[in-house]
Amino acid sequence: MQTKAGQKIYSKITQITKATCSLQASGVGYEEMAMVHGRLAQVVKIVGDRVTLQVFSGTEGIPTNAEVVFLGHPPMVKVGEELAGRFFDAYGKPIDGKPEINGEEREIGGPSVNPVRRKQPSELIATGIAGIDLNNTLVTGQKIPFFADPDQPYNQVMAMVAMRAKADRIILGGMGLSNDDYLFFKSVFENAGALDRIIAFVNTTENPPVERLLVPQTALTAAEYFAVDRNEKVLVLLTDMTLYCDALSIVSNRMDQIPSKDSMPGALYSDLASIYEKAVQFPSGGSITIIAVTTLSGGDITHAIPDNTGYITEGQLFLRRDTDIGKVIVDPFRSLSRLKQLVIGKKTRVDHPQVMNAAVRLYADAANARTKMENGFDLSDYDERTLRFAKEYSNSLLAIDVNVDVDTMLDTGWKLFSRHFTQAEVGIKQELMQKFWPAESREG
Amino acid sequence: MATTGKVAGIIANLVMVEVDGPVSQNEICYIDVGGTKLMSETIKIVGNTAYVQVFESTRRMRAGNPVEFAGHMLEVTLGPGILSRNYDGLQNDLDKMEQVFLQRGEYTYPLDENKKWDFVPIAKAGERVSAGSWLGEVKENWIGHKIMVPFAFEGEYSIKSVAAAGSYGIHDTIAVLTDAKGQERTVTMVQKWPVKLAVRAYKEKKRPFKIMETGTRTIDTLNPIAEGGTGFIPGPFGCGKTVLQHSLAKFAEADMIIVAACGERANEVVEIFTEFPELDDPRTGRKLMERTTIICNTSNMPVAAREASVYTAMTIAEYYRAMGLRILLLADSTSRWAQALREMSNRLEELPGPDAFPMDLSAIVANFYARAGYVILNNDQPASITFIGTVSPAGGNLKEPVTESTKKAARCFYALAQPRADSKRYPAIDPIDSYSKYLEYDEVQKYLNEKIHPEWVPNVYLSKDILLRGREAFEQINILGDDGVPIEYHERYWKSEIIDFVILQQDGFDKIDQSTPIERQRFMLDRVLGICKSSFKFDSFEEVNPYFKRIINTFKQMNYSEFNSDKFKALDADLGKILAEREVVHAN
Repeated sequence: MQTKAGQKIYSKITQITKATCSLQASGVGYEEMAMVHGRLAQVVKIVGDRVTLQVFSGTEGIPTNAEVVFLGHPPMVKVGEELAGRFFDAYGKPIDGKPEINGEEREIGGPSVNPVRRKQPSELIATGIAGIDLNNTLVTGQKIPFFADPDQPYNQVMAMVAMRAKADRIILGGMGLSNDDYLFFKSVFENAGALDRIIAFVNTTENPPVERLLVPQTALTAAEYFAVDRNEKVLVLLTDMTLYCDALSIVSNRMDQIPSKDSMPGALYSDLASIYEKAVQFPSGGSITIIAVTTLSGGDITHAIPDNTGYITEGQLFLRRDTDIGKVIVDPFRSLSRLKQLVIGKKTRVDHPQVMNAAVRLYADAANARTKMENGFDLSDYDERTLRFAKEYSNSLLAIDVNVDVDTMLDTGWKLFSRHFTQAEVGIKQELMQKFWPAESREG
Repeated sequence: MATTGKVAGIIANLVMVEVDGPVSQNEICYIDVGGTKLMSETIKIVGNTAYVQVFESTRRMRAGNPVEFAGHMLEVTLGPGILSRNYDGLQNDLDKMEQVFLQRGEYTYPLDENKKWDFVPIAKAGERVSAGSWLGEVKENWIGHKIMVPFAFEGEYSIKSVAAAGSYGIHDTIAVLTDAKGQERTVTMVQKWPVKLAVRAYKEKKRPFKIMETGTRTIDTLNPIAEGGTGFIPGPFGCGKTVLQHSLAKFAEADMIIVAACGERANEVVEIFTEFPELDDPRTGRKLMERTTIICNTSNMPVAAREASVYTAMTIAEYYRAMGLRILLLADSTSRWAQALREMSNRLEELPGPDAFPMDLSAIVANFYARAGYVILNNDQPASITFIGTVSPAGGNLKEPVTESTKKAARCFYALAQPRADSKRYPAIDPIDSYSKYLEYDEVQKYLNEKIHPEWVPNVYLSKDILLRGREAFEQINILGDDGVPIEYHERYWKSEIIDFVILQQDGFDKIDQSTPIERQRFMLDRVLGICKSSFKFDSFEEVNPYFKRIINTFKQMNYSEFNSDKFKALDADLGKILAEREVVHAN
């Protein structure tokens, strides 16, 4: 990066740690960016004339006489139409071999939206996946993570959701993405012919971990440009937030902060909230929806990362392998979309809430029947029927390879009910039964 | 002359300021960053260095930036026009901020300075008054908003004059008082008070003796909260904390509701903004928003202001309490406030307590809860602040410091249980782990037995016993198998299930079931306990489950029907028939 006139240059570093270096400097602003020995750094502490810089890519090889240039501004990203279809690193530099873009420079991590200037989210996002659309309906302006163990195909499901959602703009924030997954996203976007709608800010495992701290806010600043300035519906994908949090804990540890639960910094909640709360529905029609991935360790949601996330986000989506059908499903018990009440039965067909609840309840009965079976107790006729229902429900609705519209999902639900149960067993409101109960007779 | 200073150091939102004069602990100062003045609070002083927490982002702040001290602590502005407002944690009126994004350093006046209020005097010239005495009244929405002698006025005064009835603005003089030395002081409709200090303009704080009806059966019937009492709701995410708080805000029997949204989701506040102006208040027939004030510091707003927000809310509650009103203060969630304290304690490099929270967390929480209470004002009018806070325990573990500290301070404990939430038994308040200390108070017992039914309190304890015995029976059945226990165990378990399904569970989204008046709660408990006390005849355990399911189903239909309507009575008659099928009649 070239130095501009008026920028202060220093060349005497007084202290170097693994992630930071300190020097005597004056007139430096808090959170200002700097170049240290050609590497980007940010001011994290000022005491008198002693300034401490966090060097994003690490301090390996930095000499005490390295050149330090203060850039006079906080971290920025260029926003504009030209972002479309491009891939950038955590600093917003192109990594797709194409030239730098022209655009307006904006500070990342800007202020929050005034709560009274928000609108209550009310627009459904259709994904075609029944485990989501039927049971855990997503709404624009929502923030929701996938809670998944590392062996589950969360990136594939997220890419699928992104491609099917009718968003004007999709912004991928990749943190600690493996090179393979990066190439996967790239090819999915290219094959879908959706490249003009896509923007990606990617930090791969090959990049220094601390750099990924910039990714979510950079992606969200770009999202705010499209949502606020251009009134677009923007979908932001953040994967993997657990690796982002790991980077936070590295930095806080090197800054000698006292760790709280699970070695995470005490400010983890505020830090995650500053990211997720960027999800918003504006009255003007623009919106930012955030779908994130939080990888779990052995399904443990009490760990500080998923725990703090769960308190911030509006629900969570759990993926699980159903061994009965040999497919990955969206777990109807542990998944939750807090905002679904705003759209189901209102923007979707009137029977939606009841069909959803009845199916999940019958699926729970099946789970009880299975426990009974495993414990060697005899199964009743009802138990047998719930088990048959569960298998078909799982296969034709919960599996992630399902791609139908919501009405078809509801019709499928009614078909399964009538095939396996009496109306009394399903227990849906009488008016709805009369209207939607299929004419064909039940099994056996 | 006001003390000034210069920024000497910056670590996130902790700033060190070199000062040139006296500074007091908790004094407010403004740091000038490129022409924008950022409000801050002094939290520690060492020699000439004041450590201040900035209520905004410190981005671009530099060493050497000028600082002005304000000479007072963090204050709120009190006067007519607070009802129905949406404030941030520092009492800025959010609706007055034009921009989509919150602008750093933008502070808006909390009241309407142009509005005229119809003032009616209460006090007369010559009367002796002191802080909190009522001088006159204006109508704010539907409440009589008292204009009082400012809380900061110490000692006794005599009234020289009170304005005549008429239309006045908030800054107009409405009274002139003379102190003991003959000095005159004017009173307007507006006064200021530092949020960290409790308002003590009352004669005495009494032990609470009556209950505050919330319309939520599992609270009112099983673990009632007293008017002027304190309670808290801990629970993991996804257990229905927010739905429960919103239900309390909608249906609780209070004159004014203050909701402090402290470090929680912005969309939840938007829900209140959107719904409360539309929903009817069943007591006054007006809109719910007319009795509600929202203090909102959502999780992405500056952390230091989060701590301030709960104090701002409490001080506003104390102001309205001094008017003789019953206030319900809800804070969601106090854990976020504790986390804000932790972040600052950490930056100050204080030695940490458990889970890195500050050592004095318990004391801070206890002091705050102590500001609630049932009081008798100086003019012998009763008034109260009932406070209910939620706690978001890390990992759902109730042994963490914030839950434990709060447990020491609050008198009601409403534990939200994950297993109940998983099985959709809402509200997910665990009936066995939760408690209300007020139920043990003699005066509360007396009040309940007189107001509801002479046998009410014994019946409440009986229901708790039945629930506990039911759970024990359920565990036995699970261990030994359905046919490994006597039939009586099944009956015992299902009787507890009736209480659970009919009394404890409540449909927060159903128009009728969402709030139950106490008279209806009495009726239902009476019916349910009648069944629990009866014996039934079963030949095998397989008959027990379907029979009680029929009873529960009929009861649930009753819960969904208008009280004492024809449908309700018909269902009640059906119930009688179902019971007659198997009830064993004892010859007395």
